[in-house]
Amino acid sequence: MTRIVAGILAAALALAAHAAGPKIKIEAGGACVAPTPEMRRNHMKFLFEQRDRTMHEGIRTARFSLKNCVDCHASRKTGSVLGEEGFCSSCHAYASVSIDCFECHSPMRQASAR
Amino acid sequence: MIPERRQFLGLAAAAALAPGLSLIELARARSPEEAASALQRWGLLVDVEKCADCDACVTACRDENGWAGHGHPATDSQWIRKASLRDKRTGYAQTLPLMCQHCEHPPCVDVCPTGASFRRADGIVLVDKHTCIGCRYCVMACPFGARSLVHEPISGQKPDVPRGKGTVESCTLCVHRIDRGERPACVEACNREGGGAMTFGDLNDAASEIHARLRSEASTPLRPDLALNPGVRYQHL
Repeated sequence: MTRIVAGILAAALALAAHAAGPKIKIEAGGACVAPTPEMRRNHMKFLFEQRDRTMHEGIRTARFSLKNCVDCHASRKTGSVLGEEGFCSSCHAYASVSIDCFECHSPMRQASAR
Repeated sequence: MIPERRQFLGLAAAAALAPGLSLIELARARSPEEAASALQRWGLLVDVEKCADCDACVTACRDENGWAGHGHPATDSQWIRKASLRDKRTGYAQTLPLMCQHCEHPPCVDVCPTGASFRRADGIVLVDKHTCIGCRYCVMACPFGARSLVHEPISGQKPDVPRGKGTVESCTLCVHRIDRGERPACVEACNREGGGAMTFGDLNDAASEIHARLRSEASTPLRPDLALNPGVRYQHL
């Protein structure tokens, strides 16, 4: 009995959390450059390390490049990762983490991208 | 001692592996995971005599790097400009493209308090805008007036050329194009629409056109008195 109550409670909590959570819409499909839990936890580290490699050494591998992220994750409607349903901004707004990348970098996917 | 030996072995191996390819081609087609190397030194040669009365280089740079102004000439960014020279006595007038000279001993790097202004291994002088605090010491230190501070909020940046308010910027020698194995946009435009005055290449590569011309024709850097050894050199100035 207690187990069932706990189960219902957990399901309700999960539903509530889901309703209030960010809208993550991935339109490109397919696999990301790393497993999702790893990306959720470490995407900022990957981007940070790639940033210095590209800037100072001219290493431009696509895997963790910001351009690659944007090309895949930008909304097909707006072409951007920002905005209410933007892949980056919806989550960052939910987590209340300011995101500085797009002060300078383009949030728009390139026309030639997938 | 060791790096030279390694470089030699690397080159020897490359030559042995690919007898059909020349070393220049190997050097140009740097793969994305390979770091820029001091084996190369990118440079430009500008023949002022051939420099036509046009601004193809400026327009091409603006389009490529997206630095179109806000209509405020005093503060708008200027990565490259056409400078006019006139001999006061004889009236002889010349015009030349002026941009970051990509010095071997860049004053902008010397004065930068955060290390944002730096020189890449292959000689390209850049601003790491992630660490630039917008103090503008480099703007003042540059003897060529090549740097600009971004004064106004920017949107619609090119994906390859991030730009932002409060950071300093200048000619990057189209580093994103060089890393793809292409020539800078100004050089492309000058040879396509202009007078064909600009030559781009690797100053260290004995087989390159720019190396051959610098070896056999007279040229001069701007402000040779400062001994900065710029990567950009001029002819018939």
